[in-house]
Amino acid sequence: MMTLLKVDRIETYIDQYHILQGVSFEVKKGGVTVLLGRNGAGKTTTLRSLMGLNPIATGAITFKGEAIHHLPTYEIARKGIGYVPEDQGVFPDLTIEENLKLAMRKTDEATLERRDWILQLFPDLKTFWKKPSGLLSGGQKQMLAIARACVNDNELLLIDEPSKGLAPIMVDKVMSVIIEMKQRVTVVLVEQNFYMASTIGDDYYIIDDGRTVHTGMMKELKENEALKKEYLGIA
Amino acid sequence: MEVLLNLTINGIATGSLIFLLAAGLTLIFGLMHVLNFAHGALFAWGAYFGVWIYTQTGSFVIGIVGAIVIGALLGWLLERWIIQPVYTNTMSQIQVTMGLLLVMNECIKVFFGPNQVSVQLPSYLDESWLIGGVILIKYRLFVIAIGILVFLGLQYMLKRTRLGLIVRAGVMNKEMVQALGVNIKKVFLYVFILGCGMAALGGMLFAPYSGVIHAEIGMDYGILAFIVVVIGGMGSMVGSALAALLVGVLGAFMTFYVPSVALAVNMLLMFGVLMFRPAGLLGRG
Repeated sequence: MMTLLKVDRIETYIDQYHILQGVSFEVKKGGVTVLLGRNGAGKTTTLRSLMGLNPIATGAITFKGEAIHHLPTYEIARKGIGYVPEDQGVFPDLTIEENLKLAMRKTDEATLERRDWILQLFPDLKTFWKKPSGLLSGGQKQMLAIARACVNDNELLLIDEPSKGLAPIMVDKVMSVIIEMKQRVTVVLVEQNFYMASTIGDDYYIIDDGRTVHTGMMKELKENEALKKEYLGIA
Repeated sequence: MEVLLNLTINGIATGSLIFLLAAGLTLIFGLMHVLNFAHGALFAWGAYFGVWIYTQTGSFVIGIVGAIVIGALLGWLLERWIIQPVYTNTMSQIQVTMGLLLVMNECIKVFFGPNQVSVQLPSYLDESWLIGGVILIKYRLFVIAIGILVFLGLQYMLKRTRLGLIVRAGVMNKEMVQALGVNIKKVFLYVFILGCGMAALGGMLFAPYSGVIHAEIGMDYGILAFIVVVIGGMGSMVGSALAALLVGVLGAFMTFYVPSVALAVNMLLMFGVLMFRPAGLLGRG
């Protein structure tokens, strides 16, 4: 499989704090790569660095063979990378329609077809189409955030903790949607919920103290109790 | 009753002028979180350059258009060269824009002299009607009409255009707007230019309204605009419009009935509103 994204020993500072101290990983086209690790390990900062929201100090990020780490955030997004932040990042005063309209960089037939496909996946969004997104439930906001990232012809989605704060039934819904999306787009997923991560992930990288410390296929990790206990605190 | 109506119309006209200044200020603060103390200087530059063009060409309309163009051009220059480098540093913003206000005011004295400049209304606007004891001054109605048009235009822009959608979203979450592929810096520039153009328009309309202009009008009206933005809720366009009307009408009444407290009334109004609504009338708490 072709390498879509390559992250090579990136280091990121936030103010005086040295958060990422050498994160490296590769994402193959067409799969779900999961970044695992304890709270504060640097997973969210890794995604933010990929988007240019926390610019890297050293290292390199290449997307489809092109270096993108020097680009501003909006240009990285236009290269075909969608981002779903941990707090969902929906605009609460804008309606669902406006949130999606803002995200749509084109209004061609393919984009409209993708929008319709998304609305089929998330019928709630259609129901509350004209409602301010601030009034939606946590799960509905998560759906909107994912929908917004999928509405363009992005090749890569960065999704940060989609299960956070959701009821189990909503976690299952989000999970089934990401599985459905795998057919169309490559995903980098940050997830603390190991059940979700192991169900939809193909390969994984464990980040600890700002460094990638382990990698492998998800089905192997499922059976490796020692590794899960050491880095993820799963007994 | 006639006095009340006259005072109300005068107040609304003054409120319209303040709104033109405050609208840009609140847009710029709401989206960019820039405290632009130099905004009042654009009002003064609009007045001086607009009047200069008006006297050179003899056309009030060309004067208005010229003032808007000068304001927009200055906005472009200031945003690119002076404001952009201090986006992330509030303290520097305050220092730079305060300094800019002083420099721009002094530049007016260099270009146009230190004395006040008298301004005549064009003959077609220099009329009034007496209807049922109420004096309707054509120019005041003209100023009110422009204020309403600008307000409606801004509302249309904010609610119906992609730029407006980006501005409204940017006020809530700039990072996410960029992550959706929008060049927010370009939008900052457009909003800054728009705000400066409106301030200059306000200045140009103020000139014949007051009949005389001086270099410090930017400071006087700049303070009023800040009060309006705080009362209305920083970043709220409708809030600014309401607050501008409130300040304008209250100012007209107080100047007429209790002139001794007219200067303090705006401050008292601001304290009163903030006591009960700390984020302003329509601000987000």
